[in-house]
Amino acid sequence: MARRYDRNVTTFSPEGRLHQVEYAVEAINNAGTAVGILAVDGVVMAGEKQKVTKLLEAPKSSEKIYKLDSHVATVVAGLTSDANILINEARLAAQRYLYQYGEPIPVEQLVERVCNHKQLYTQYGGQRPFGVKFLFAGHDKHFGYQLYLSDPSGNYSGWKATCMGQNSNAGQSLLKNEYEETMTTDACVKLALKVLHKTMESLTADNLDLFSLKLVDGKMVHTVYAHDTVADLLAVVKEEQEAADRAAEAKAAQTLQSTTTTPA
Amino acid sequence: METTIGLVGKGFAIVAADRSAARSIVVFKQDEDKVLVLDKFKLLGSAGVAADSVAFTEYVQKNMALYEINSGLALSTRAASNFIRGELATALRRGPYQTNLLLGGYDAGDGASLYYIDYLASCNKVNFGCHGYASNFVLSILDREWKDGLTEEEGIEIIRKCIAELQVRFLVSLPKFTIKIVDHNGTRDLPQPVLAAA
Repeated sequence: MARRYDRNVTTFSPEGRLHQVEYAVEAINNAGTAVGILAVDGVVMAGEKQKVTKLLEAPKSSEKIYKLDSHVATVVAGLTSDANILINEARLAAQRYLYQYGEPIPVEQLVERVCNHKQLYTQYGGQRPFGVKFLFAGHDKHFGYQLYLSDPSGNYSGWKATCMGQNSNAGQSLLKNEYEETMTTDACVKLALKVLHKTMESLTADNLDLFSLKLVDGKMVHTVYAHDTVADLLAVVKEEQEAADRAAEAKAAQTLQSTTTTPA
Repeated sequence: METTIGLVGKGFAIVAADRSAARSIVVFKQDEDKVLVLDKFKLLGSAGVAADSVAFTEYVQKNMALYEINSGLALSTRAASNFIRGELATALRRGPYQTNLLLGGYDAGDGASLYYIDYLASCNKVNFGCHGYASNFVLSILDREWKDGLTEEEGIEIIRKCIAELQVRFLVSLPKFTIKIVDHNGTRDLPQPVLAAA
């Protein structure tokens, strides 16, 4: 029965839903996890790279993280080919704004432009929606550092810390417990790795892209962390995690012992 | 014959313009306001063909209002000057607006600024500026009197001197002026300066 309302993207089902749009959102929940965290002095984003055969030429630049303008970058989850179209659109919009006003585009306006483009494909017939979610990290003079998440329906929302893709619920609950608004970029980098460590089965420096955006001496600095740096950071995070796990285990064992001994 | 004069001081900008509406050798009236309030912190003084000046400055004003409604943010003075310049440059190769402009504004953080824009779509950030025949008379005064960190009183006094000079030396009669100021409180009208009888 539901199939009747699946064929065309632009037909509402009797419950008032757009199934194809919902499927598009669902498809991304199986894509590689990406996490974004707002720090007091920057924005941090990290994403899982899909594993590929060693025969494939290594990409020249990150396939997960794209610079949109000097002050905005984005992490992609979903179909990279769909994302490329939207990234072109975003870069064009950013440069057009710069040409018209002589100032960098406010981050939210850029996000809105991309989302308006996405929305069109949930309404016009004969086409499918973009199968992409974006995390946008940016900085502007109006609101400072910002983080936005957008989905295929064209919805977007501002976040302090969030994640998308596989196991994003587990990541989200970890962020909820551990995120603090006073965190620095370095602390956020660690937390981002911790989140990915939890959501991914085997996290290594090879299947991970780590990025930060910071304002240094009035200039926006985009950093895609080098492989070795990521490996070192990852080792520290894993070490801390294991230590924490051991401590928790020991504590659990202790309480178990005390509860068993008391009745006697 | 239209005259606009502007200058920047410490935390404020003044834009002044004559109040005559005239064509050929005939004056229609003496209460035309050629300094448009673009938004809470921006003034746009125009000099040129009356129809083009009004059409273009209102076009800019309405577009900036639209931007503000759409984005919830106001354009900075620099962004506004760049927008105006772009619109004039586009129009230049089609049907140019024959209007010369002075844009004065105040931005939290950046302070006050003044932009000199002409109908050929040049745009310069200046400390003082003047459009029209009047520049032959008042630029020398502004050159001598303008200094960094002018107070409001000093700024108004310079404008008063400029107007007085025009009324003594300029062949065309410019009996009345609009004088507006913009600072951290927004824009406001200043009274017509009292001039010594020539």
